[in-house]
Amino acid sequence: MSQTYALTGNQIVARAALDAGCTFYAGYPISPSSEIAAEMARELPKIGGAFIQMEDEIASMAAIVGGALTGKKCMTATSGPGFSLKQENLGFACMTEVPCVVVNVMRSGPSTGMPTFPAQGDFMQTRWGTHGDHPIIVLAPCFHDELYSETIRAFNLSEKYRQPVVLLSDEVLAQMSARIDIPDRSELTIVDRAKPDTANKKGYKPYDNSQLVPPLASFFEGYHFHVTGLTHDEFGFPTENTKLAQTMLDRLNRKISENVDDICKWVEIDTADADILLVSVGSSGRSAQQAMQEARQKHGLKVGLFRPLTVWPFPEKGLRAAAQGKSRVIVAEMNEGQIALEVERVLHRPVETALRYNGEMITPDDILKQLLKERETVGV
Amino acid sequence: MSSKLAEVDYNEYLRVDRLPTTWCAGCGDGAIMKALIRAMDELKIDRDNTAIISGIGCSGRFSGYLDFNTLHVTHGRTLAFATGMKMASPKSKIIVISGDGDSLAIGGNHFIHACRRNIDLTLIIINNYTYGLTGGQVSPSTPLASSSPTAPYGSIEPTFDTCELAMAAGASFVSRTVVASPLHMDKMMKAALSHNGFSVVEVMSNCHINWGRKNEYAAAADLIKHLKDQSTFSKEEAINDGKHLLGILAQRPEMKEYSQTYYDLVERAKAKAAAKKGA
Repeated sequence: MSQTYALTGNQIVARAALDAGCTFYAGYPISPSSEIAAEMARELPKIGGAFIQMEDEIASMAAIVGGALTGKKCMTATSGPGFSLKQENLGFACMTEVPCVVVNVMRSGPSTGMPTFPAQGDFMQTRWGTHGDHPIIVLAPCFHDELYSETIRAFNLSEKYRQPVVLLSDEVLAQMSARIDIPDRSELTIVDRAKPDTANKKGYKPYDNSQLVPPLASFFEGYHFHVTGLTHDEFGFPTENTKLAQTMLDRLNRKISENVDDICKWVEIDTADADILLVSVGSSGRSAQQAMQEARQKHGLKVGLFRPLTVWPFPEKGLRAAAQGKSRVIVAEMNEGQIALEVERVLHRPVETALRYNGEMITPDDILKQLLKERETVGV
Repeated sequence: MSSKLAEVDYNEYLRVDRLPTTWCAGCGDGAIMKALIRAMDELKIDRDNTAIISGIGCSGRFSGYLDFNTLHVTHGRTLAFATGMKMASPKSKIIVISGDGDSLAIGGNHFIHACRRNIDLTLIIINNYTYGLTGGQVSPSTPLASSSPTAPYGSIEPTFDTCELAMAAGASFVSRTVVASPLHMDKMMKAALSHNGFSVVEVMSNCHINWGRKNEYAAAADLIKHLKDQSTFSKEEAINDGKHLLGILAQRPEMKEYSQTYYDLVERAKAKAAAKKGA
């Protein structure tokens, strides 16, 4: 049986993390994410878990990777400036395939920007923020119930694919209270990482390339394995064998690319009969949905909405199918056109945009204005 | 102090198939690794329950050679990873190996905060005056006026005293030893590993290749002798002649250890939550 609560987005993320089995949290104060740390600091001790406020953002990312190697499900939360600092050890976690969840409550930037004003400027940073090439999983909920379910999914995907997962929230979602039905834990599907066969501890290969996602042993269980950010062989030891490097990097990519159908999730509303496709991610999707409804009801425009919940890998297949035969594609977002770039790349056609990046929430009117523009004037 | 090194089967503790090491001939790292093994052997440390974490630089390679739970992390971040690991697994023993650049420069913030928390980790800082692996650049412990690729006219960078810094920041065990004295290294490491709280062992060591060659100590033996001459057990001599003071410089076992304090808090929080549920 579910129970109804009135909670802020940040509280929901913390609650979902605990329900997903998170027992270690390391963080550093930053608006507008700080309440997640406060919730975890209060709740984790009650269940025998641990919370620590580290000396900086870099350290809190490092700490959760250290914690995750002992078998615990771990999380940290931050906002843009802190997320920039976490990139170093986020890349380390991707390279070493250590599951963990990083919440980035986006705020207006660049740099320290406007700390308590909303924006969605970090879509590209989550994908390309680290050095080197590697995939990453990034989820971006739009409504409060999705904050809950996507946080659970972030932990599950992270455990399943031995992969850090970034959950993108934003200032609007994080600080706004809403009524939410939280399911009973017994109703949830919770995924735990695969553990290796205990019979052959000596021969354990933490980076066995014959498996897409090799099982991960925990520290202190008798496997004396090595974990390094250097390019490594199947046992985890540094190697300069370029053939091995190729195999390992290809596997890192394949574990995501061969599972996009499992990882990619999106919401479609009224796309079947639509003539215009609106694409929007995260809290912008709320305004997009409102604009879409007004356009249909008041202006007779047949608009459909495509709203990715998984931002990376981008739901290419779903978008292509949804955009099929549409006369216009409009991307609505709170940045200078980051998702629009991706939509153009996937669809091989120019797209229109409805953008707001001055620190205010994008409004249904912002989007409606673009919807009502004559096709000729937008030059499609 | 006994006058003979303890006999140990080093191979028992090493990943023999990973040898030989990448370290230069005559490097102090090998002698320090053997001292650590002797100390662990004497203390009968449970290897399954012990992690060795190292950072970037020549010292970073320690973790790859030792047959334990091992983690080789990003530059300067050893103590942050170690802190997370200790908090998630409070019964574990964690030994961190780092260099002067790794711990005092890029990792300086993590260093002072690990000291302040007094979390039960042992940090071995190998101070060889330089960034050896990248070619001998100036570190926070490079002696003034040293020649280096990044100080071609002589270093003007004032130095940190690692141990003074650790003590001021709150570490409850602080010691210094020198690679020239294996028996003393063993003693300091054993004492540090036996301590409950944050323990620091600074080992003065030789990088004759990338510091020594540019500063008149191109031979390993000459530099090791120089380090021995630069070391003293006399506080007066250390102050007056600017030498490295050896020995246990701080030992405060009565100080509260962080992870234990936290898990005591956990017990209280659990009890309170249970009482509330029952009420």
